[in-house]
Amino acid sequence: MALTGIQIFKLLPKTNCKKCGFPTCLAFAMKLAQGGVELSACPDVSEEAKKTLGEASAPPIRSFELGTGEKAVKLGGETVLFRHEKKFINPCALALNVKDSLSDGELAEKASEVASSEIDRVGQKLRVDAISVEYASGDAARYEAAVRLVAEKAPEAAIILNCKDVAAAEAAVKAVAERKPLIYGADDGNAEAMAAVAKAHGVPLVACAQGPEALSVLTEKIKGLGVEDIVLDSGAKTAREIIEHNTQIRRSALKKNFKPLGYPVINSVLRDDPLFEASIASVAIAKYASIVILGSIEKWKNLALFTLRQNLYTDPQVPMQVEQKIYEIGEPGPDSPLMITTNFSLTYFIVSGEIENSRVPARLAVMDCEGLSVLTAWAAGKFTAAKIAQFIKESGVENQISHKELILPGQVAILSGALEDKLEGWKITVGPREANAIPTFLKNRA
Amino acid sequence: MSYVIPKESYTGKVLSFDFGKDDRAVTVGGENTLPFLSFEGQQPNKPVIAYEIQDCPPDDWPDTVKEAYKDVSGDPVAWAKHCQDVLNAKAIALRLLSTHPDRDDRSAEDAAKTVKDVLAAVDVPLVILGSNHIEKDSTVLVAAAEAASGYNCIIGKAQEGNYKTIVAAALAHNHKLIAMSELDINLAKQLNILITQMGFSKEKLITDPMCSALGYGLEYTYSVMERIRLAALAQNDPTMQPPILGDVGMYVWKIKETVAPEADVPEWGALRERGIAWEAITATAMLLAGTNLLIMRHPAAIETVEKTIGELV
Ligand code: B12
Ligand code: SF4
Repeated sequence: MALTGIQIFKLLPKTNCKKCGFPTCLAFAMKLAQGGVELSACPDVSEEAKKTLGEASAPPIRSFELGTGEKAVKLGGETVLFRHEKKFINPCALALNVKDSLSDGELAEKASEVASSEIDRVGQKLRVDAISVEYASGDAARYEAAVRLVAEKAPEAAIILNCKDVAAAEAAVKAVAERKPLIYGADDGNAEAMAAVAKAHGVPLVACAQGPEALSVLTEKIKGLGVEDIVLDSGAKTAREIIEHNTQIRRSALKKNFKPLGYPVINSVLRDDPLFEASIASVAIAKYASIVILGSIEKWKNLALFTLRQNLYTDPQVPMQVEQKIYEIGEPGPDSPLMITTNFSLTYFIVSGEIENSRVPARLAVMDCEGLSVLTAWAAGKFTAAKIAQFIKESGVENQISHKELILPGQVAILSGALEDKLEGWKITVGPREANAIPTFLKNRA
Repeated sequence: MSYVIPKESYTGKVLSFDFGKDDRAVTVGGENTLPFLSFEGQQPNKPVIAYEIQDCPPDDWPDTVKEAYKDVSGDPVAWAKHCQDVLNAKAIALRLLSTHPDRDDRSAEDAAKTVKDVLAAVDVPLVILGSNHIEKDSTVLVAAAEAASGYNCIIGKAQEGNYKTIVAAALAHNHKLIAMSELDINLAKQLNILITQMGFSKEKLITDPMCSALGYGLEYTYSVMERIRLAALAQNDPTMQPPILGDVGMYVWKIKETVAPEADVPEWGALRERGIAWEAITATAMLLAGTNLLIMRHPAAIETVEKTIGELV
């Protein structure tokens, strides 16, 4: 967030000389805060003020990529504390932690789990984005070998080097340098050396300290050593520490423009019980983590965590929508059934998925209702008999089919009479209320 | 630049009430901070989870959760005792589902009897829920409130279409009341105002802004709850200060993710864990958004969320 008018005013000469074209320095400062003028309009502004104001115009939370290639994940860059204010921007990365002390076979298996974690949900491809290799063996050569192996078996995942030993970390960075691994990390004891490694290889670095205050001192030090892409580990372990530290960090960055904490956050949520770990991971996902490190990635857990992340990072103003058109599912012929629904992504994907499950080829007419679900659209007056009739007529679907029967969602059975009036010559059939009854419904008709 | 803890100071506070009797009564609400921020305020009472039971066998619950109660769910009294004695429930939510006209259409008197039987069998606090049928609830909940007179229960849900009779019954028999509206902060506020205008104290209300399951509108519930909390604390809006209810189980245990067998969707993994995780994560998200009282179904999901609560406060 940019500085306020008052904060800018404090940096101006306060002479009210009017050379900028404003009656007072305060008036100029206010305009500057709104972005209406350039600082250079004041000829007398100090070098120090220029520097501070220049920094202030940088985004409050630094943003950079984790990993490389198409599946790299953008971190940070957030602008609000609550999702109703404005969309949360960059969904957090999920990472699986593995120890280098596992056997090669086990490591390969875990890495493939990450590599094959991708699931399609509501039209988005979601996955475990990264793999974190923990230095547990105490043997730098083993560590390097483990990192190489994992990198090879999970060729598109981002790599996190969970290692505080400088020599081991450096060897591993060199081994997978082209993957731009994240070094995790630097602490009070090794900051100079780790920063030098990160700088030399152009990779991001995690700063690890106990609590936001100590962390802010450490990030300033690391930045002074020439590393710009920093990730924050405040040492939060319990759910409460995660919420409290992450909230303090996000607030400091956004509301106080406190640069030393203006970086993405990493939380480790490892728990023995995978279900409990999933619950704690949801705390981190909802409360501002940019990277969440997990101890296990069962498919059921991934699905639930991906879904939570997707839900919280949707735009609160614009529901996810699909294009208005007649979708063909299977290979429908002229006598295949025609069904109608709204263009809310979730509705479309559920309904089209169930039609696919039925293995009965069909056409699904998806009507633009500004991304509202069937009942919501109906309640909002966007999915009415008149509008449906108009859409069906204009869609030209009549030329593709040999019948005139339209299947309505059961939830809007109430529309069927009015629709028969509006769509002359058509037969309106009321389908089931819930999509999961569609397969039986379609099969029984066939 | 040196670090200063960025604290907010709020003028408002969430109201609190207790429900239940004697030493088994539990208190919800009372915090003067956003959820779990102990560095800037107090949250004197932990969020509470009530085990959901119903007055007819849970035929329409998926196997994962039906299985957990298979020996007791034929009888609400046995079911309630099981929750209290075996599962250590701190509260129980009895849903009078059989009164729904599309279910068994059982009478208000039948419902009142069930309430009496359950109250006689357990001493943990009780939430008494109708079947969510606007007209039917306005008779069923009146009878239930009377049957539970003196037990300091939470009854509900009072909605725009039926609140008058239900509020009157809660008032007459000294119960706490759930005010439920449909995912809209203004509707929630308006209903609370209408209810308090009938002389019902806002200190005995709990707001249900309507829950939704993970993947099925969770983000709407989440944001409505966060906005209600901010209105209560930052804007000191008294009509938004009652604690918040999250009726999680009924929304979670009907969606495909908690029902579809692994054979049909191998990429979704094990069905049992998937269902339990779905309920636990939905509930965790609700806690973060400000929920004070959760209604849940699966014992393993409840146990998990209680563990999370243990780490949060
Ligand atoms: C999330 C939500 C919202 C969100 C919108 C989300 C969205 N993108 O649509 C918001 C908060 C914006 C909203 C607003 C409103 N909402 Co609203 N909302 C919901 C909620 C909780 C979930 C809707 C949802 O996402 N469902 C999931 C989708 C997938 O369901 P679906 O589209 O119906 O599809 C299912 C079936 O219909 C079927 N199906 C779909 N297509 C087809 C096609 C065929 C052929 C077949 C056979 C089947 C089929 O398959 C799907 C899965 O089973 C529901 C309550 C609920 N739990 O259902 C209320 C609900 C729909 N809303 C309601 C109302 C009244 C409104 C508002 C008018 C009031 C208000 N609160 O301001 C506004 C209107 C919006 C506007 N712009 O003016 C009411 C409608 C009541 C009614 N019966 O008329 C509901 C039912 C709440 C209630 N009463 O319990 N809402
Ligand atoms: S030119 Fe600079 S010093 Fe003069 S009034 Fe404008 S802001 Fe103030």
